[in-house]
Amino acid sequence: MNAPAAMQGGGASAGAWETVIGLEVHVQLKTRTKMFCGCSSVFGDPPNTNVCPVCLGLPGALPVPNEQALRLAVRAAYGLGLTVHPRSIFARKNYFYPDLPKGYQISQHVEPLSTGGRLEVESPDRGAMTVGITRIHVEEDAAKSFHDKVPGMTAVDFNRSGVPLIEIVGEPDLRSPAEARAYLTALKQILVYLEVSDCSMEEGSLRVDANVSVRPAESAELRTRCEIKNLNSFANVERALTFERDRHIAVYESGGTIEQRTMTFDAVKGEVRPVRSKEESHDYRYFPEPDIPPLVLAPEWLDAERAAQPELPAGKRARFEKDFGLSAYDARVLSGTRTLAAYYEEAVGCGVEPKDAANWVMNDVLALSPDGETLTVSAAATVAAIRLVKAGKVSRQNGRKVLAQLAEREKAGGITGSGALISSPPQMAGMAEQVAQELGILQVSDTGEIDGWVRELLEAHTAEVARYEGGEEKLFGFLVGQVMKRSKGRADPKLVNAALRKALKS
Amino acid sequence: MSDRRVLAALTARRVRELEDGGAHAFVDWSEAALLAQAGAPVSPAGGALAGETVAVKDNICDLTFHTTCCSRILEGYRSPFEATAVRRLRAVGALVAGKTNCDEFGMGSSTEFSCHGPTLNPFDAARVPGGSSGGSAAAVASGAVSMALGSETGGSVRHPAAFCGVVGIKPTYGRVSRYGLVAFGSSLDQIGTFGRDVASAARLLAAISGRDPLDATSLDRHPLPPPGPAPASLAGTVIGIPREYFGEGLHPGVAAGMRRAMDRFRDLGAELRDVSLPHTKYAVPTYYIVAPAEASSNLARYDGVRYGRRVAEGAADVRALYGASRGTGFGPEVRRRILLGTYVLSAGFYEAYYGKAQRARERIRADFKAVFASGVHALFTPTTPTPAFKLGENLGDPVAMYLSDIYVCTANLAGVPALSLPIGRDQGLPLGGQLIGPMEGEAEIVRIAQALERVVGGAEEVR
Repeated sequence: MNAPAAMQGGGASAGAWETVIGLEVHVQLKTRTKMFCGCSSVFGDPPNTNVCPVCLGLPGALPVPNEQALRLAVRAAYGLGLTVHPRSIFARKNYFYPDLPKGYQISQHVEPLSTGGRLEVESPDRGAMTVGITRIHVEEDAAKSFHDKVPGMTAVDFNRSGVPLIEIVGEPDLRSPAEARAYLTALKQILVYLEVSDCSMEEGSLRVDANVSVRPAESAELRTRCEIKNLNSFANVERALTFERDRHIAVYESGGTIEQRTMTFDAVKGEVRPVRSKEESHDYRYFPEPDIPPLVLAPEWLDAERAAQPELPAGKRARFEKDFGLSAYDARVLSGTRTLAAYYEEAVGCGVEPKDAANWVMNDVLALSPDGETLTVSAAATVAAIRLVKAGKVSRQNGRKVLAQLAEREKAGGITGSGALISSPPQMAGMAEQVAQELGILQVSDTGEIDGWVRELLEAHTAEVARYEGGEEKLFGFLVGQVMKRSKGRADPKLVNAALRKALKS
Repeated sequence: MSDRRVLAALTARRVRELEDGGAHAFVDWSEAALLAQAGAPVSPAGGALAGETVAVKDNICDLTFHTTCCSRILEGYRSPFEATAVRRLRAVGALVAGKTNCDEFGMGSSTEFSCHGPTLNPFDAARVPGGSSGGSAAAVASGAVSMALGSETGGSVRHPAAFCGVVGIKPTYGRVSRYGLVAFGSSLDQIGTFGRDVASAARLLAAISGRDPLDATSLDRHPLPPPGPAPASLAGTVIGIPREYFGEGLHPGVAAGMRRAMDRFRDLGAELRDVSLPHTKYAVPTYYIVAPAEASSNLARYDGVRYGRRVAEGAADVRALYGASRGTGFGPEVRRRILLGTYVLSAGFYEAYYGKAQRARERIRADFKAVFASGVHALFTPTTPTPAFKLGENLGDPVAMYLSDIYVCTANLAGVPALSLPIGRDQGLPLGGQLIGPMEGEAEIVRIAQALERVVGGAEEVR
C-alpha cells in the first residue's frame, strides 16, 4: 500500500547499466497442521513441542499430503493467473543438513503444481507493468537452526519441520531494487487477500531469495547472477539488491568478472557477502517421491476452487471506481486489505452515500486504528455517525467525536473490529444521538436561541459591527465565529449565517 | 494359567531351544515380554489370530523390542510407535514373539549382512536361510512360531521361504500399510507374511491388509478375506509357464522339482500354457538401479544427529560427524548400495540410469499386464535358481548374490502379488515354487497354491 521509497542510482555510472532481478519467494501456508502430518504448524510454541515421527523423520514414518495446504496452494496459483496442472509430482531434494531430518526435503521439481502466471505491479520507475511468474510449487519447510542458544553448539527446533510452503518463482523481469520491492508489496497484498498466508517476514512466513545481475543498458544479454539469501524485510531486500547491484557495476567497470555465488545479507553492517563455499554447489539428486503417489486433482475440485476465488485488489479497485465513482486514490486505499474493503462495502450497503462513506472510512475510521489496519469501530456505528452529521444534528467535526465515543463503548462491550454492539440500525442511530447529547454537542436548530446569541453579539462587538456595515465584509466570518463560540459550537452554522445576515441588514 | 499364558510360555521355550541351538533367528526377544503380552487384555472383537505367535522382522517398528534393522547405525534404537501391520495383528489376538534377524536394512539375499551375525538354515547349519528376511523364515521353519512378518524389496520374503521350506507371500504393492516398515526402496517395499502352510501365511496377510490413512500409497481396499478351504480341482485354471524363468543357471534339482509340480498341476486339471515375459532380462539391472537410488535417499536420515549411532569424538564439524557415524554405522553391502544409488541419481547420469530404469520398469509391468490379460490366471516359476547356498559362498561376489533374486524381483518391480511354497526337496534342501498373480490377485494365487500344496509332497525328495 505504501509507496516504495525510491532508492535510485548507486554508482555514479548506474545509468549505463541495467539491473536484472528475479525473486524466489517462499510463503508459509495458513493451515492448522503441517504439510505431511497432523502436528500443529502454529508459530511461537516452545521448541520441539509440535513434533511427531513423521516430521522428525523417524525410521518407518511416512508422509501424507495435507489437503488444505494443497487447496491454499491452488488458490494462490489461480490468484496469480497460473495454470494449475491436474497431475503433478512430489520430488525429493536430497542434501545433508542438521535441520533436515530425513536428509531430503519433499518438494516438487519437474512436474510442479502450477506454471505460467503474472502479477500486475505499479513500478516506481516504469509505472504499471506485468511481472511473469514461472511457477508455484508446494513443499515442506526444514527445521530451524539456532547457532546462538547453546554456546559452542547448534540447537534445532523441529516445530518448523514439515510446515507447508509454496515457492513462487518470478521471472527476471524486475529492473531495479525499488521495483523488486514493489513486486513484493503487490505479491504480499494478493496472498494476504487470498488468505493463503500471513506473509509475516518477522515470523518467517514470507522469505525472499533474490537473484541479481547487471548488463550494459540496451543490451539483451544475461550476465552472471548472484543469489542473495537471508533477506528479512522488504526494506532489506531493496538495500541488499542495491548493494549487490553496485558491487557488480563496480567490478565490471574496473575490468573484473562476477562469479556465480550464493550471498548472504548482513543487515547490521548493511552489506552482502558470499556464504561459505561448502554450503553451495549442491547436486540435489532430485527424483520422484515414492512415498506419495502423483498428485491428481479432479477437474470438479479445481473448478470449485476456481469458482471460490475471492475478488482480488485490482478487481475491487476497478469496481469501486466504476460503481461508486471513487477516485483512483480512494479506490486503492479502500481496496488495500480485504477487511477494509468489506467494511467499506458494508457501510455503503447501509445506504450511505459512497463518497461520504469513503471520506469517513479513510479519515475517521482509519484514524481510530492503532496500526492503520485493525478496525476498532463497527461499520454500523460509522453509518450512524454519518447519518447524524447528514441530518444536521452534529457538526462534521463533532461527528468524529461521536464515532470515537461509539468505538469506546463497543470496546467496553467486548466488541472489536466490525462487530457491532447493537445490531439494529435504528438502535445504533439512537445510541449515536444519545452520545452526542451526553457530549453536549447536539446542534441547536432553535432559531429563537440563535437569535438570542446574535443579539448578545451585536451588543458586545459594536465596533466590528460598525466596520462590517461600513464595508469590511471579511469581518462576517469573525462575527459568525463569535456566535458559534457563544453557542459552544452547538449552533447550526447555516442557521447562524442566516440569522446574522438578517440582523445586520435590518 | 490362561491359554494365552500357556502359549507364551511354550513359545518362549521353543525360541530359547532354537537360539540355544545356534540358529540365531532372533535378535531381540524375551520370555518376560511374551508373558506380559499374554497378560494384557484382549480386544473382545479380536480373535482371528488368537492362539498364534508371530515373529517380526527387525526392520518393522514395534513398541516391545528394539528396531535396529540389524544395523550398527540403529544400535539400541527403540521406536516410539508401532507399525500398522504389528498393531493389526496384535489387535486380533496374536502374540509377538520377538524381532528376527535380517540383512542390514533388508539389503542382501542370505541374512549374512547383519550386524548381529548370520542366521543358520534350519535344514543345514552350513547353509544360509536366504534373505533378507532369513530370521523370520528360519523361525517359522523351526516351529518356534506359527507365523512371521518379513518384508520385501526384491524378493526378501519369497527367497528365504524357498530356502527354508515354508510359505512366503508378497502381496500387491499397497495391500499392506508400509507405515512402520523402515524404508529401503519405497516404491518396491512391501510387508509380507510367512507360514508353515499357505493358509496360515494367508490368514496373517488378511489380518494386516487393508487401507491405512497413514500410508499414502496404501490401496483403498477392505482387508482381504481369510483363505477358504483348499480346492480339490483346478479345472478351468490356466497357469502360465514363462519360458524366461527356466533358462541357463537353473539348478537340476530345482528343474526336477518344477517338472514334478507341473505334473501335479496337470493332475489337478489345470491347463499349463507356455508364455513369455520378454523384458524379464532387464529386471535385475533395473532393480539394482531403482532400489539403491531410493535407498541412498531413504538412508540419508541416519546421520548421527538425532538418534542411533553417533560418532562425535574428534569430529571437527557436522560433516565429520556424518562421515564418522555413517562410515562406521553401515555395513559393506549398505555402503555399496548407497554409493551406487547416489551415483545413478547424480546430475548428468540421472537419465542414463534412473530414467532408463523407470522406462524398463514400465515394460516389465506391461509384460505382466499383457500375460494376465491373455487369460492366464497365474504364473508358475521357480522361486530361486538354486537351493540354499553355503554360508560365505557368495559374500565375495555381489553379482552372484544379486542373481539369486532373478526370479523374485520382477514381482516387486511390477507391484503384482506373488508367493513361494515348498514343492519338494533336493538332497534334503527345500525347493520353492513361485506363483505370481495379477494386480490384487492374492486370493487367486492363494487358492491355486492351496490346491497344489495338498498334492505336491513338499517334504519329498524330487529326484
